[in-house]
Amino acid sequence: MTITHHLDAATLMSFAAGSLPSALAAVAAAHVAMCPHCRREVAMLERIGGTLISALAPAQLDHSQPAMPQTTRAASPTPVAAAAGEIPTPLAPLIGGSLDAVAWRWIGPGLRHRRLPLRGEGSLQLIKASPGASVPEHTHGGSEITLVLRGALSDSSGRYGPGDVADVDGDIEHTPVADPEAGCICVIATEAPTRFRGLIARLMQPWHGL
Amino acid sequence: MVSPAFNPGPGGQLPPTAYRGIMADLLRRVAERADPAAFRELYETYGPRVKAYMMRKGADAGTAEDLAQETLLTVWRKAALYAGDRGSTTTWVFAIARNLRIDRLRREVPWQELPEWRLAEPAEDAQPDEALAEKQQQARLRAALADLPADQQQVVTLAYLEGLSHSEIAARLALPLGTVKSRMRIAYQKVRDALEDPA
Repeated sequence: MTITHHLDAATLMSFAAGSLPSALAAVAAAHVAMCPHCRREVAMLERIGGTLISALAPAQLDHSQPAMPQTTRAASPTPVAAAAGEIPTPLAPLIGGSLDAVAWRWIGPGLRHRRLPLRGEGSLQLIKASPGASVPEHTHGGSEITLVLRGALSDSSGRYGPGDVADVDGDIEHTPVADPEAGCICVIATEAPTRFRGLIARLMQPWHGL
Repeated sequence: MVSPAFNPGPGGQLPPTAYRGIMADLLRRVAERADPAAFRELYETYGPRVKAYMMRKGADAGTAEDLAQETLLTVWRKAALYAGDRGSTTTWVFAIARNLRIDRLRREVPWQELPEWRLAEPAEDAQPDEALAEKQQQARLRAALADLPADQQQVVTLAYLEGLSHSEIAARLALPLGTVKSRMRIAYQKVRDALEDPA
């Protein structure tokens, strides 16, 4: 897996700052789990947080002594699992163990969808596009990040394979098309509340016109 | 208006010891032999700043105190995971506090793992003397942040300390979303250049 499309620097900064809306943070975390380059960027951006917190005027603590329980100290490190297989670790609790076991819902010609449960701001959904199907953009304003998990998407800005993210401003028009042979499964995070109704309407538009 | 985060004036900076690798030594003493005196020093250094950080996100004093206590308790429990790492103690404390803030104040999932292992990955340009390199890098980082133009400092501060998203910053400052993002990108590029500049 060679990742060529990365997160925007402003997205990475807000991710490291802890201020990215939840849906975008989930997809950012998934990409970061798959991408050593962005992991290094986040590590550097976290240092900005350390520096800023250091420079804050201290608040008076109520407790002059810290709690130091002896029984609960972590004895040995637990290495963080790297992304294994097609589903990056941060998304595994939401998606489950396999992309082949997802209960898809038909939303249009060549397109299936599965909304992922999310605590917090924004919406998160899996999209499965048949070979050659186009995946219409479905937000207006706000930010949207698409992460490819299987197959590929292509648009005027290039080809997006597994691990690649399309992190674009909401006002840029783009209509990626799924790989003509492999199709595509991707996860799309949007900052705005879900516009699923609008999505169906947009997807169905050409067919209503028939 | 955003209060200046980079030039806080008297009392706002960590004691100079924090920048001489002493925090890492304290953490190591906590990790290796659960040294209470060393941990008290970490507590006194970071506790009040983490409490201030929580209050910047709107926590009342009692909640902020609880979250500061919990942050330091995590440091105590996990010190063994972190000691010996190349990353700075301050960055680690920030990441713990950040995740707690997302979990408790925003009631969302803190998607990021703590950086204890992530930072342990080999850097692209490993320095022969890591302690010295770390000290220099911290100094460069502080200087680079202080040198940012006010409009860039502002978006960085709003993101890191107030915890505002791009859209929230845009609304707060009455700016287009794209302007907020481009200010962040430029700010980051400057900080990164400062860290990578060998001069």
